[in-house]
Amino acid sequence: MVPAIRIEQVHKSFGALQALKGIDLTIERGEFFALLGPNGAGKSTLINLLAGLLRPTSGHLAVMGHDVVTDYRNARRLLGVVPQELVFDPFFNVREMLRFQAGYFGLGRENDVWIDEVIESLGLADKAYTNMRRLSGGMKRRALIAQALAHKPPVLVLDEPTAGVDVELRQMLWEFIKRLNREGHTIILTTHYLEEAETLCSRVAMLKQGEIVALDSTENLLDRAPGKNLRLKLAPAQLPQSLNHMLRGQDGDTFTLALNEAAQVEFVLAELRSAGNKVEDMQLIEADLEDVFMEIVRA
Amino acid sequence: MRGVWTLFRKEILRFWKVSFQTVAAPVITALLYLLIFSHVLESHVQVYPGVSYTAFLIPGLMMMSLLQNSFANSSSSLIQSKVMGNIVFLLLTPLAYWEIFLAFLAAAIIRGLVVGLSVWLVALLYVDLPVAHPLLIVTFALLGGGMLGALGIIAGIWAEKFDQMAAFQNFIIMPLSFLSGVFYSIHSLPHFWQQVSHLNPFFYMIDGFRYGFFGTGDIDPQISLSVVGVSFLVLSWLTLRLLKSGYKLRG
Repeated sequence: MVPAIRIEQVHKSFGALQALKGIDLTIERGEFFALLGPNGAGKSTLINLLAGLLRPTSGHLAVMGHDVVTDYRNARRLLGVVPQELVFDPFFNVREMLRFQAGYFGLGRENDVWIDEVIESLGLADKAYTNMRRLSGGMKRRALIAQALAHKPPVLVLDEPTAGVDVELRQMLWEFIKRLNREGHTIILTTHYLEEAETLCSRVAMLKQGEIVALDSTENLLDRAPGKNLRLKLAPAQLPQSLNHMLRGQDGDTFTLALNEAAQVEFVLAELRSAGNKVEDMQLIEADLEDVFMEIVRA
Repeated sequence: MRGVWTLFRKEILRFWKVSFQTVAAPVITALLYLLIFSHVLESHVQVYPGVSYTAFLIPGLMMMSLLQNSFANSSSSLIQSKVMGNIVFLLLTPLAYWEIFLAFLAAAIIRGLVVGLSVWLVALLYVDLPVAHPLLIVTFALLGGGMLGALGIIAGIWAEKFDQMAAFQNFIIMPLSFLSGVFYSIHSLPHFWQQVSHLNPFFYMIDGFRYGFFGTGDIDPQISLSVVGVSFLVLSWLTLRLLKSGYKLRG
């Protein structure tokens, strides 16, 4: 079966800056995929190339087998993109805007049922006739997602969909996106919230300076994380030399140590005692995707 | 063609929703010109034998309003959606560059025609206007609206902020339309300025359009038609090339 997304040896330069340095990536149909990376890693560039907003310097990208440059009409029909910024047309209300968007893709009145469904599912029903200008930030975010879905694309790309969104709306959007995935949509997400990727996505690619530095299932990546994090508040705020190799981070007098197993706590405490450190507070935390991410990005 | 039709409809609705600003205001402006200039000059100036100055002025004002509003439609739509960022929703669609061109151009022509026609209808209350060659009137109106609609697309693609758009409008469109013979016959100008006027494509649009009403003008309407037709084709070609290349739209 043709994959949802195929990216082959994609390079993108802006003048002297190499934003993407030979990306190879295949995303299968029905996947829930996350693109992670720090600011400037190339996530948005990659998405803009898929969407046809940018053109690759070299290499190929295809949506369900359709090249985004040579066969852009079919590629774009199969792709929905939710942009990162809250952009909107101030002249129209939500329903008008969705009808126009579907119309650009060649769809007419027969698509109204789907538009109603999207409006309903995203909790926009009582705002359907409100001008885009008058919507709150959260409502605009929902409208943007609705707009990307207006032509019922099988592949949906969301660029930081929950940036600046409150907890309640974030939960609601997660549920909605999960439902779309269950119904067969391929979902690609870029996010800063690693928790989001961890709970939602089955596979993750991590980008750093225009290159993929990790590509694996979320499960495997989590396995790469050291078992636990031990957070200690010490007085005096000094770590004995013998524990330095375990240090993951420091914030004032609070040290985070990476443990392979819980039993190491005993060793740590013994070392602290013999060094004369007093433990003022202690927490044992499960390592998460953030730890893997930090480790890979730092490497 | 449904995609093009949708974009065309959206562009029409966009100006229609703010018709006070996009239709009524330019009509009022044109009528103010008409009132003031005809009041001051009616009894002093006769440009063509048997044609009152007020009657002479009306086709020029109609055409000037038509041109300025065709330009304003495509240019303001593009610059606004570029500055707001919502142009991505157009760029994400399967519409081809020439389809975007067609929709923007057609909507620009319609806005120009609506304003031009409104000026005419209101002016008819004051003065009777002959119609010597209706086909010429329609042809010049369509070509003029098309030319300025295309120029508006070019300006909309090129400008990155409202300030640059204002410069384009005030330093290019306004001087070209005011110095095109809307308010005078270029025969009243010194020889040098007559020659300069011949370099202004707006002059041919106004003169050819006016010929359609009175059956007389400053130059042969066939020359005007050729100049305007060729200018329209050149500008359309340039606009299509810009859109195809993705200049300032797709990186």
